[in-house]
Order: sequence, then C-alpha cells, then structure tokens
Amino acid sequence: MRALALSLALLAAPAWAQAPRSGLDYQGEDIRRLQADDFANPAMLWVERGAAAWKRKQGAANTSCADCHGAAEQSMRGVAARLPGWDKRLGRVSTLDTRINACIVREQRAPEPPPEADDAIGLQAYVALQSRGMPLQVEVDGVAQPLFERGRDLYNQRIGQMNLACTHCHDQQAGKLLLVEKISQGQPTAWPAYRMEWQAAGSLERRLRACFLGVRAEMPAYRSEDLVALQLFLAQRAQGLALEAPGVRR
Amino acid sequence: MKQAAALILAALPVLAAAGDALEAPLAAAGDAQRGRGVFVQREQGHCVICHAVAGMVPAGNVGPALDGVGARLTVAQLRQRVVDITQVKPDAAMPAFLRRDGLNRVAAAYAGRTLLDAQQVEDIVAFLAGLK
Ligand code: HEC
Ligand code: HEC
Repeated sequence: MRALALSLALLAAPAWAQAPRSGLDYQGEDIRRLQADDFANPAMLWVERGAAAWKRKQGAANTSCADCHGAAEQSMRGVAARLPGWDKRLGRVSTLDTRINACIVREQRAPEPPPEADDAIGLQAYVALQSRGMPLQVEVDGVAQPLFERGRDLYNQRIGQMNLACTHCHDQQAGKLLLVEKISQGQPTAWPAYRMEWQAAGSLERRLRACFLGVRAEMPAYRSEDLVALQLFLAQRAQGLALEAPGVRR
Repeated sequence: MKQAAALILAALPVLAAAGDALEAPLAAAGDAQRGRGVFVQREQGHCVICHAVAGMVPAGNVGPALDGVGARLTVAQLRQRVVDITQVKPDAAMPAFLRRDGLNRVAAAYAGRTLLDAQQVEDIVAFLAGLK
C-alpha cells in the first residue's frame, strides 16, 4: 500500500518542482555579504592552505601537485564543475575529494588524508575556486547511471526516526522556515564552504551527514557509495547552476 | 495499561487503513497542559519548529499554523495525524510520531523507538483539540 503510494508519488511530476536556485538566495544578508567578498570570506583561509599544499612536495615520490599540473588557474579550470564523474583510471565515480586523493596516493605516494583534514578541504576549495562561476555539468548516463539512480532513490526515500526524505524539505518545503532557518533547495554549489555552526570549512559530505543526523538517520560513512551517489544526483539536479565554492553558510 | 497500548499499536496498520481517523485512545485521557509542554519542548514533540500557534514564539512554517485546528479536525483525526500523518497524506513533510515499523536507516540510538510515547500523543491531542 505504502509502496504503491510512494511509486505513484514518484511518477507524477511533483507540483512543487521549482527552477534551481543557489542556496545563497535563502541565506541572510550577513552571509551573502561575507561570501561576496573574498577578503571577508573565512573559507578563503582554507583556499590559502590549499594553494600552499598545491606547491608542497610530499610523499615517497617527493612531488607536488604543481610538478604535474602546473598552474592550477589553467589546469584545474572547469574540473570541479564536471565532478562527480566517471573516472576511467579508477573504474568508478570520483568526487573532487577522491579524485585528489587518487593523485596523493598514486602519484605522490603519500597516505590518503583523513576526511575533513584542513589540507584536504583546502585543496578541494582551491581547486573548486578555479571553476567559480562555471555551470555544473555532470554526466550521469552510461557507466555512471546505476550510481546516479541510487542517489536519486536515496534522495526520495523517507529516512530516519523523523521519517522524512531530502525531497520533503528541499523540494516541497524550500523557502519555508524550520527552527528559524530558511530551508533552501539543497543545492551543492557552495561546497566546500565555511559553516558558522562548525566554525570551520567543510565538505558537502559533512553537510549531508548533518542532514542525516537531523532526521535521526544513520550517517553514511565519508566517501561511502551512498554519499558519492547522493552527490552525483545533487550535481545533476543542479545542472546549469554556477559553482560558487568556497561558500559561506550558517 | 501498557499491554492495552501495545495491543492497539499492533493493530495500527489495520486501523489506519480504515481511514483518516484513529478512534481508540492510545493511553489514559490526555492532559492539555502537559500536551502544550510536549508541543514546545525540544526533547519532546518540538512541534513548534514547524507549526505556529498564537501566543507561542514562532520558529517555523513548514506545517500550517494550528490555530483553530481543534475546530477543523475531530479528536480521532488529530490522533491519526500525530501518530502517522502519512496514512492520511502520503506526501506529508511531517514525522510520524508513534510509528516504529517500516522506517528506513534509523540511527542505532533511536532504533525501535518512537518519537513520542502513547501518553504524550494523547496529551498533545488534548492540547490540539483545545485550539478552537
Ligand atoms: C527536516 C528537513 C531536512 C531534511 C529531511 C534534509 N535537509 Fe538538507 N538542509 C536542511 C536545512 C534546514 C539546511 C540548512 C539551510 C539550507 O542551506 O538549506 C539544509 C542544508 C542542505 C544542503 C546545503 C545547501 C547549501 O546551499 O549550502 C544540502 C546540499 C542538503 N541540505 C542536502 C540534503 C540531502 C541530500 C538530504 C537527504 C539525505 C537532506 N538535505 C535532508 C533541512 C533538511
Ligand atoms: C518537520 C516538520 C513538522 C513537524 C516537526 C511537525 N509537523 Fe505537523 N505538519 C507538517 C506539515 C508539512 C503538515 C501539512 C501536511 C499536508 O497537509 O501535506 C502538517 C500537518 C499537521 C496537522 C494537520 C493540520 C490540518 O489542518 O490538517 C496536525 C494536526 C499537525 N501537523 C500536528 C503536529 C504536531 C502535534 C506535531 C508535533 C508532535 C507536529 N505536527 C510536528 C510538518 C510538521
């Protein structure tokens, strides 16, 4: 009975479908002002860290990112706008995080950084910055399709003790107030971002885990298939929206 | 008492399928004053994060304002909506407060537990019924 209701709900085009809008539009004036000014944006401290890490030789190979890729302004332009995406060499879908880590492990021959390490967030922010303003453009057909579908299904599934799906808050209720906070469409374009509540910059995976916690659902592990699948779905859903990382959020 | 509540809970899906109302009380008669507490308190129903009620500090508008809801809906209808509103509106962006089964990926700390207990639901229903 419930299953039937659910599949019917998924088949019909939801009445609340809206044109994609950046989460920034739902933030207060203070946050928008911070994000608009690179000198005030606290996430820029992580970008600086990332720029330094880009040039630092490390690992058994004693090489830096710059040794292979040169100036990030050229070589990394557009990269973040195409991710997550199918990685031929790895034979799976990579996020910006796992793509960078593949270079660290295989080329620099250094240990994989733990999730949310400051240097790791820094490198992601620095690389993402090179695509700022570019529209998100990911491929979800072919080899990536099963993972995309998994992400879409997870997005639409009621989860947690609160029994809510992402779509309930971020499609049906976008623009409404939840505990004095405006719910946005849950677009991924700002991440990595500085989040006031954390007093730190963090990844989209960290933000997503907060939403799982919010509905009292089991949090998927960092870099898990569930989180990669969700990010692939979110990127496709945000298709055409401009990348704005590194963002600022409450 | 506990046993009776358990019995009624076990029968929930059957009752719910019958329509949009839950006639049988789930616990002792509700206390509206206690229900008001459950409605606002963070570790209880915390309904205020989504619903405004006149006289309370508004914190959310995901759900409709509940002023006058006691005149719009019967006690049995209110009970069904608090217990599991998806039985009435499959799309509703509201938690099911007395549902344990058929939930997905519940965090271990909350597994097998409902958001509220039967008495809290009766108390909230008494509170809502008084909003006329
Ligand atoms: C009960 C409501 C609720 C549910 C369910 C929920 N979220 Fe959120 N989410 C929020 C709120 C509130 C915020 C913070 C305000 C904002 O940016 O939208 C947020 C923020 C986000 C953001 C950051 C948006 C930005 O612009 O920075 C993303 C992405 C997101 N959620 C995705 C998800 C996904 C994916 C799911 C399901 C796994 C989910 N959310 C489930 C309420 C919810
Ligand atoms: C996360 C958001 C959220 C929370 C928390 C929440 N509600 Fe709701 N509620 C809603 C939404 C959304 C609706 C409208 C559902 C619809 O019509 O599709 C609703 C509808 C209702 C209705 C039906 C109103 C009518 O006029 O038909 C009642 C009664 C109600 N809620 C009571 C409660 C109570 C009591 C609590 C706490 C124990 C609560 N709600 C917590 C979101 C919420």
